Amino acid sequence: MFEMLSDVFQENGLILSFALVGIVMYFSYMFSDKLTKGWLHGSAIAILVGLVLAYIGGATTGGEKGLSDIGLFTGIGLMGGGMLRDFAIVATAFGANIEEIKKAGFTGVLSLFLGVIVSFIVGVVIALTFGYTDAVSLTTIGAGTATYIVGPVTGTALGASSEVITLSIAAGLVKSILTMIGTPFIAKYIGLDNPRSAIVYGGLMGTTSGVAGGLAATDPKLVPYGAMTATFYTGLGCLLAPSILFIITRSIFG
Amino acid sequence: MVIYGVTLLAICMLAGAFIGDLLGAILGIEANVGGVGIAMLILVLVVDYLKKKKKLTVKSQEGVAFWSAMYIPIVIAMASQQNVFGAIDGGPLAILAGVAAVIVSWALVPLLSNIGKEKPNTISEELIGGNTDVRDAK
Repeated sequence: MFEMLSDVFQENGLILSFALVGIVMYFSYMFSDKLTKGWLHGSAIAILVGLVLAYIGGATTGGEKGLSDIGLFTGIGLMGGGMLRDFAIVATAFGANIEEIKKAGFTGVLSLFLGVIVSFIVGVVIALTFGYTDAVSLTTIGAGTATYIVGPVTGTALGASSEVITLSIAAGLVKSILTMIGTPFIAKYIGLDNPRSAIVYGGLMGTTSGVAGGLAATDPKLVPYGAMTATFYTGLGCLLAPSILFIITRSIFG
Repeated sequence: MVIYGVTLLAICMLAGAFIGDLLGAILGIEANVGGVGIAMLILVLVVDYLKKKKKLTVKSQEGVAFWSAMYIPIVIAMASQQNVFGAIDGGPLAILAGVAAVIVSWALVPLLSNIGKEKPNTISEELIGGNTDVRDAK
């Protein structure tokens, strides 16, 4: 009996994940409504549940893909994977307003550069306090603090040790997860309630998954604006970190 | 037809991904530069054009709207396959760097959001004198 059921689930992985995510969302929205009176948004709770499940998945399998590493839930990997995620993000642009994008164009670009550089500097400073002094390790950790894709790209290009590359990925992951969880709480204190600030937010934070998740839990209308700039961040980071930022870091720390 | 909307979306995304890869190759980096962002811009422009020409039927729009509405569930699925364990396992350096980067970036949001914003209030405030003695300062 159970074997048959588990076969059905495994053969229909993507469909199972549609069912599961829907159920998680139903209870999350009910919880949000009844117990927090809407103070904590339903999707924020659902994302939190997702992250907890991801932790459990990682802790039990030792894999890197959270819940989807557990055989039964590989379909989650398909539903939440890069392809469908990007497809859905592009679709959110359907509701975006061209005028808003045009108006915030310049600040969007500015926020991208500032976002990469500021996160990089923060990463380098923290790495310094932990005793790293060589330019390659500092640059790699700084790059990873920008996003977890820029870290390994930079580290590999500069020949950093695998320990440092792993650290840089972890730093980027922490940033992404905290952005996902924290955005709805911080939103009203930083004026994150209009397309312009969402564009700036995407540029400054940079993590597409973090910004996408965080804004979804804050106000889904803001998603397209934030996501649009955030997707340029990784490319810019891969461009700046192993080149200009490395040269500057090397000239300061040898 | 609904599929027309989905097709439009798919073509936009493929075009964006291609241009993003191309940009990455031109810049000599191993990354897609803004592929999704470019796809979004293309979609916004194409939808605007088609709507003005009245070529985008309600059914076609539903094809895009569906995927736009699937966004939050997909993000939840995405959250559940993040390497949360790895992030926490990275130790204090990784956690501190990630947290500090987020807090500093949050602090910058209000500053940058105000750049270039029309400020109709500043002039009148200055005329009145505002909270501080602006006139005395002159």
